[in-house]
Amino acid sequence: MDILHALIVLANFIIVPAIAYGSQLALGALGITLVVGVLRFSNFAHGETMAFGTMIVILMTWLFTAIGLSIYPLPTALLALPFGIIGCIAIVLLTDKFVYKFYRKAKSTPVVLVMASLGVTFIMNGLIRFIIGPGDQRFADGARFIIKARDFKTMTGFKEGLAIKVTQSITLVTAIIVVAALFWFLNKTRTGKSMRAYSDNEDLALLSGINPERVVMITWIIVAILATVAGTLYGLDKTFKPFTYFQLLLPMFAAAVVGGLGNPVGAIVGGFIIAFSEISFTYAYKKVFTYLLPADWAPTSLVQLLSTDYKFAVSFSILVLVLLFRPTGLFKGQST
Amino acid sequence: MKKLLIATTASALIAGAASAEDIKLGIVFGFTGPIESLTQPMAQAAEMAMKEVSDSGALLGGATVEGIRGDSTCIDSAAAVAATERLVTSDKVNGIVGGDCSGVTGAMLQNVARPNGIVMISPSATSPALSTAEDDGLFFRTSPSDARQGQVMTEIIMERGINSVAVTYTNSDYGKGLADAFESAFVAAGGTVTINLAHEDGKADYSAEVGALAAAGGELLVVAGYVDQGGDGIMRASIDTGAFDLYHFPDGMISTNLEDNFGNDINGSQGQHPGTDSPGAASVAAMAEANGFDGSSPFAPESYDAAALIMLAMQAAGSSSSADYAAKVMDVANAPGVQIFPGELAKGLKILADGGEIDYVGGSAVELIGPGESAGAYRQIEIKGGKITTMKYR
Repeated sequence: MDILHALIVLANFIIVPAIAYGSQLALGALGITLVVGVLRFSNFAHGETMAFGTMIVILMTWLFTAIGLSIYPLPTALLALPFGIIGCIAIVLLTDKFVYKFYRKAKSTPVVLVMASLGVTFIMNGLIRFIIGPGDQRFADGARFIIKARDFKTMTGFKEGLAIKVTQSITLVTAIIVVAALFWFLNKTRTGKSMRAYSDNEDLALLSGINPERVVMITWIIVAILATVAGTLYGLDKTFKPFTYFQLLLPMFAAAVVGGLGNPVGAIVGGFIIAFSEISFTYAYKKVFTYLLPADWAPTSLVQLLSTDYKFAVSFSILVLVLLFRPTGLFKGQST
Repeated sequence: MKKLLIATTASALIAGAASAEDIKLGIVFGFTGPIESLTQPMAQAAEMAMKEVSDSGALLGGATVEGIRGDSTCIDSAAAVAATERLVTSDKVNGIVGGDCSGVTGAMLQNVARPNGIVMISPSATSPALSTAEDDGLFFRTSPSDARQGQVMTEIIMERGINSVAVTYTNSDYGKGLADAFESAFVAAGGTVTINLAHEDGKADYSAEVGALAAAGGELLVVAGYVDQGGDGIMRASIDTGAFDLYHFPDGMISTNLEDNFGNDINGSQGQHPGTDSPGAASVAAMAEANGFDGSSPFAPESYDAAALIMLAMQAAGSSSSADYAAKVMDVANAPGVQIFPGELAKGLKILADGGEIDYVGGSAVELIGPGESAGAYRQIEIKGGKITTMKYR
């Protein structure tokens, strides 16, 4: 019984939130890793791309709510998601045409492209704040819970509650669908195969008649889809604020690097590793140990490894450790 | 510097002697900045008290009182000090109604009021740190210190039979001061604070903070934050994970947004914010309406009282010089004496002129305690059926 209680506490505060957060990071890291794999640079503007797509989703959500369109109990934002994706694809293709294409043609080194993407970050940053403002936006409507903590307690008779939010399950389901579709696309379709070929060996791909501009365009489209979906899921689950999306860049890059840059499977695994470490290193285990240990061994302190303020330090430490000891990541990606 | 000081002192003396007929008071609030929407009614309430006294002709044998505004900006201490310095040295005010926010008020006190020996009465600075600040007996406030709020909170929570709580506060002067004041009061009363955790405003996700709070445990959670900032995120994460069922809300959390966002999820939770059911607040509101502004706006009655106290103290001392009347502020504010309500300033001035004593009640039930701050009346609320309802005043 006590072990069960400990497990419920863990599930409520670590496992369920970390799975949702991990899925969001994984989708973000997939976008980053695809750009590294195909376009061969680290895209610092990825957080802003996510924020831009999400912003359009929010604007469309407001429009739909205003005209009374709703898909209760699911959030209206899911209905607006396709429009966000279209808007995000448009902005991403425009930046490619006006910024990255020039450097690609000039065969610039990756670091030049990285700096260019930093510039894109700041411009998109300003654009987003100009359109929707720097403040918090909540756009999650519809039902909030699949099961509430209080209901779980009365239903099962346990002393601890377990809450599962609608947004958390939507995150997981959407992430599974998107990732499955992506892997099917990369492994089974002709275009997907040409993308992988271009990523593996650019010159050989060109010789076998693959159109590089088309590969680049399709990559950007996929990246925009992934970014908008990831951003919308994160915003639904938590809240939308331009600055927090910029901050997401660090855990997402850490996830991509841990998994191995350019390796899609690695990005997903990396996302979950980062999410679980961030949450489990900063969680206070007092309650869990109180249930597991005999009564007189029960801890009086919080049993917390790191204060919650150090959340970002966790992903940064992992990033540094991986770069030091295994620069290619867990799944043999490119070294940075 | 020495010359400047001598000049300032000399001019202050001359001003003190010559201004029996025309007294000037500074009104230093943040007319620009984060609380600019509150400061207009505050300043108008202070000016209303000055006009009432001028029209009565009863102060110091018919003196008139004029208010001169200065901008404290609420957050920029340098700007607040410069504005106050100008009022003191070039406008030669005999007292200051202000400042508004705790940080700038402390700076004005140390850099202008004390060096120049000018009385300052703040209607809205609530930081406990100001209770212990060196003030040479010049600083008063008609608002209660958050140390007092900590005690009221302790009483309310203890009366519910709860003696183990978790506390989270917004990482600012306000939040930290309030949380520390509450913790010491609560522990002194025999309660246990399982954790006293800061949270940063403006984050997307507070589940980690709530995880730590839940692990520490406690029968309820005290959220000393802002309802439009991190306090909202903490509440949301806590309700989502079912970490706490009961909450306690200090003044920064109580607003209609609390009802709108959480409603029935927080039924049974309680809180408190400065407020009074004394008839004074209603009469300030009525007088304000006649003058075309909103007198029920937060801290407007306190501002009226701050200005009124300065003028009544001048009458009691028979002098408009800060050095003379500073010691009289506590006398006119507290019993014994005839109770004086808003709109009765002329009556109070007359009693003082005849050598009688008054107990100024004013718009906020003024009762100055300790180092010259309001004892503080609080409105205790409970969330019932998703609505904020008044339980009682204490």
